[in-house]
Amino acid sequence: MYRVVKKRLLATGIALLDVEAPAVAAKVEPGQFVIVRVDELGERIPLTVMDFDREKGTITIVVQDVGYSSAIITRMNEGDEFQDFVGPLGVASEIENHGTVVCIGGGLGIAPIYPIARALKAAGNHVISVLGSRSADLLILEDEMRAVSSEVVIATNDGSAGVKGFVTDGLAQVLAQGHEVKVIWAIGPMVMMKAVVEYTRPLGIKTIVSMNPIMVDGTGMCGACRISVGNETKFACVDGPEFDGHLVDFDLAMKRLAFYKDEENRAKARLECDHEGGHH
Amino acid sequence: MTEKVESTKKVKIPRHEMPCQDPQERAHNFEEVALGYTQEMAVEEAKRCLQCKKPLCVTGCPVEVLIPDFVKQIAQGDFQEAGRVLKIKNSLPAVCGRVCPQEAQCESKCILGIKGESVAIGRLERFAADFGMKSEEVKFEKPVQSGKRVAIIGAGPAGLACAGDLAKAGHAVTVLEALHVAGGVLMYGIPQFRLPKEIVQTEIANLKKMGVEILTNQVVGKVTSVDELMENGYDAVFIGTGAGLPYFMDIPGENLNGVYSANEFLTRTNLMKGYKFPDYATPVKVGKNVAVLGAGNVAMDSARTALRLGAENVYIIYRRSRDEMPARKEELEHAEEEGIQFRLLTNPVSIQGDERGWIKSLTCLRYELGEPDASGRRAPVAIQGSEFEIPMDTVVVAIGQGPNPLVTTSTPGLELNRRGNIVADAETLMTSKPGVFAGGDIVTGAATVILAMGAGKKAAAGIDQYLKSQS
Repeated sequence: MYRVVKKRLLATGIALLDVEAPAVAAKVEPGQFVIVRVDELGERIPLTVMDFDREKGTITIVVQDVGYSSAIITRMNEGDEFQDFVGPLGVASEIENHGTVVCIGGGLGIAPIYPIARALKAAGNHVISVLGSRSADLLILEDEMRAVSSEVVIATNDGSAGVKGFVTDGLAQVLAQGHEVKVIWAIGPMVMMKAVVEYTRPLGIKTIVSMNPIMVDGTGMCGACRISVGNETKFACVDGPEFDGHLVDFDLAMKRLAFYKDEENRAKARLECDHEGGHH
Repeated sequence: MTEKVESTKKVKIPRHEMPCQDPQERAHNFEEVALGYTQEMAVEEAKRCLQCKKPLCVTGCPVEVLIPDFVKQIAQGDFQEAGRVLKIKNSLPAVCGRVCPQEAQCESKCILGIKGESVAIGRLERFAADFGMKSEEVKFEKPVQSGKRVAIIGAGPAGLACAGDLAKAGHAVTVLEALHVAGGVLMYGIPQFRLPKEIVQTEIANLKKMGVEILTNQVVGKVTSVDELMENGYDAVFIGTGAGLPYFMDIPGENLNGVYSANEFLTRTNLMKGYKFPDYATPVKVGKNVAVLGAGNVAMDSARTALRLGAENVYIIYRRSRDEMPARKEELEHAEEEGIQFRLLTNPVSIQGDERGWIKSLTCLRYELGEPDASGRRAPVAIQGSEFEIPMDTVVVAIGQGPNPLVTTSTPGLELNRRGNIVADAETLMTSKPGVFAGGDIVTGAATVILAMGAGKKAAAGIDQYLKSQS
């Protein structure tokens, strides 16, 4: 079993958990993910790794209460255990010194961008991070990101912090300052990654995205996570999760995310019902 | 002379049919289809065996089960002993009694089969194995320990068979499994109604009693590697990672919602118990009309699963004719009885979707049998202009699997063939890396449970020999 040793609420409905998984912590690199299962009845959920401590043997994940399993995970407490915790999975980010890079994290996407920004900075890059959220109170990990970035730009939809608008507005501000940006990493909701990719396509700036499709095994066995990259079918679990964003078919990826929307709603409704009824 | 008289007499006794759930009823539940022989039936069937001096049936078995010996015990009513004899050669008899293609193996060699019907060896195997499982546990005497450690990658049929034999030989065995439960295809692939998961887990529990250590959630190639295992004190490694890479047809529309690989469809249903959603959290979805592309055992399993999940029309779509269908005979018959519709000499060319990205229909082309090809089989030839569209909600692609590259690509110096399968010595199953062995689908390409088990046993012998030569 894999014990939760630390829990911290980052915002309403967003929890950070340190989980004991020494073998995973010994090997994981920025950009990789784990698959977790809460209990015997649970689904296998892919979660991108936010941080790791090789000495303590822990993996840090950040989860937002949006669906059935994520609701259960965000309600877990210190001492609770995951039934299963598998990893590290996927291909690690390619870290090298490019010069100046931009790391864009939107919403929960700030968590997985964190270790990438840190590694890029350690490799000698000038790292400009652009963080986005709907409002200031939902902005997570700001201090952590400042600690691993050379500069930080914040964008909120309601203007309660930083630039009013989207992460693309934050990126526009960075580019307007005349930085010669070599590579951009963008992680967040599919719509956000698509918007960034469309923005950078005419500018010709290489943009890497991290895909988070539906998965089951995470080892290339089932093909649930297939996405189209440059008109070729790829498995996000073993070929990714990072891809050249300019080649990804985001419309297809977004449609595929809705495969189990009805079932997800049904399961979540039942969970809330149980929860209010005090059975949980 | 007396033997001949006896054989003539015995050939006249009809083979005992397997009692099964009624097809109409079973098509809507996940309970096991075949119910198993009663004790009386088993004894009667076992008495049909001629007890040949040179038993050909054994030569047809990839793991050389002592068939006449265990059948004799059943005939004499000592079911416990029958179960013990079975286990000498086969570490998973309750599984093999259910999923082996006996008609192409042991039973195809049975002398009774020449003039009449062969002894129902598979059904007797199942009977004896189940009896042994239900009755008091057979005590396992721990052999003298060799002090050698072996790591096995993959807890499927090859790995488990290998583990059982190595443990019997006194080696310390650790099995590393990528998924959260051991069993491989026995757990994720073969459905509950054909192979109850409780039976697989009981067989695995027996292996653990023999001292085999099984670690789940270990993706070799990621969390550790073959080289690391060898460096960390293992004296040999066996790779039995199977055929875990689904093939798709490469036709337009294959990424629409509603299209599954058979691996995904079966994994969601069997391993994750999607048929019990929402009690189990993993959903699996079928619509009214379901097409399964392919005609092997995996295709039959997918089709029959779709029916049980509530589909109204389930089609098997296959380019060749009935004679070429690779599925086991019993699976074909069961599928047919349950109402699976076969659309033979038919091949899908594209899948059409709606604006939301969901399947709407499947377009197929009709084929006819042309001139015999190089193999002597009449090759299917497309009939020009025969395209037709069928309304479809779900498509399951079951055209085969390739070798999963996670282990092979993370093991430098491991020789692979053009298809990505591991090259292993035909006798010892040692790979190009000393001390590293491989067997099962990762070497042969997708085949059967029993062939993988046979390879696992062969590798165990190869490993045992190798370890002895090292000390």
